[in-house]
Amino acid sequence: MEWDWDFAFQILPRLLEGLLVTVEVTIMASVVAIICGLPLAIARRSRNPAIWRPTYYLSEFIRRTPLLIQLYCLFYILPNIGIVLPALTAGVVCIGAHYAVYTSEVYRAGIERIPTGQWEAAKALNMPAHSMWIRVILPQAIPPMIPALGNYVIAMFKESAILYTITVLELMNSARSIANWTYRYLEPMTIVGLLYLLVSLPSAFLVRYLERRMKEV
Amino acid sequence: MGWGALVTVELTVFGCFLALIVAFVAGLGRVSSIPVLRWVSSIYVEIFRGTSALVQLFWFFYALPLFGIRMDAITTGILVLGLNVGSYGAEVVRGAILSVPKEQIESAIALNFTPWTRMRKVILPQAIVTMLPPFGNLAIDLMKGTALCSLITIADLTFQAQVFRSQTGNTALPFIGALLTYFVIASIIAFAMRKIENHMTRGLDMTKRN
Repeated sequence: MEWDWDFAFQILPRLLEGLLVTVEVTIMASVVAIICGLPLAIARRSRNPAIWRPTYYLSEFIRRTPLLIQLYCLFYILPNIGIVLPALTAGVVCIGAHYAVYTSEVYRAGIERIPTGQWEAAKALNMPAHSMWIRVILPQAIPPMIPALGNYVIAMFKESAILYTITVLELMNSARSIANWTYRYLEPMTIVGLLYLLVSLPSAFLVRYLERRMKEV
Repeated sequence: MGWGALVTVELTVFGCFLALIVAFVAGLGRVSSIPVLRWVSSIYVEIFRGTSALVQLFWFFYALPLFGIRMDAITTGILVLGLNVGSYGAEVVRGAILSVPKEQIESAIALNFTPWTRMRKVILPQAIVTMLPPFGNLAIDLMKGTALCSLITIADLTFQAQVFRSQTGNTALPFIGALLTYFVIASIIAFAMRKIENHMTRGLDMTKRN
């Protein structure tokens, strides 16, 4: 089968529309993951076993099961108990919750990297807890977290392709519907791969650049 | 669904095996002194890390046969998972090799070891210890990735759960069952990796044991 340039240019606008949805999903899922990771990290750091144990087991469970099955569970089982989520919402919640486990690890590692001396110094100065966090701990903990979070945002971008299975009209779904209508798989599938690379490679380079800069500081 | 779980295990085992080989080949290629090897392995790593396993599965399954390369679905699944996870593994191998202290390499050179002996006797034995924990995570990632193979008609656990759902209309039972099965398989991998780690780091007090 020959590569057909006319056909490739003809389907490009539809694929770009799909890419837009993929980017939207990525942004929304990132917001969910970045926000939900925080309470998870706090719960995991708790000294109370009744709080950290369940959080730990829940995190491990989410981490050790495939995103696809989690997505099916959310999309197919929840309606049984009367909760019908639109496909897009289910997808965003699922990807966001899955990656919240990973972002919570980033937060935890970032906070634990702060040397004990900093905590002790803040205490010795009799700082109230909130200003210790806002003025001492977080300003040191947050910058190194940024590249790590960036990596997970890229991962969410790539993984969001599975949302086609629950009828979200993102990039992969556009390609599949074009392929199913025209029986031409080569062009849509190849362009989809290239579009993913087009976004993820520069983002990955940016993240690596940030990582290097963080190390120099 | 029992058969499905078996297919999942099969994909995982062969996929991990392939990923391990690919990771070492590409990882050593990335730190090679020969520019061509470095470029080829870098391009491979960037392409496979820049797209998701699902995109790669579809491309290998739908687009590759158009070039006259035909494989059955299982082979495609194993190949794609192996290449996908192998690209992440290559970065682990590369990072671990680069983390071996400089003095080790210098003393191997001073002892007039050939580059190959230097790699095999001095660098790799130390680097492998660093590689083990990330390899364990990658093995679990690969196992999770096998669920995607259901989308290219492979009758794995996820596929059988879908079949069960469409035949009985029951959604909770197949999907929660599959979820638990995946968790059990992943926990077995995690346990095995910890055993291997303990075995390999025995007598090395430089590594943190937890």
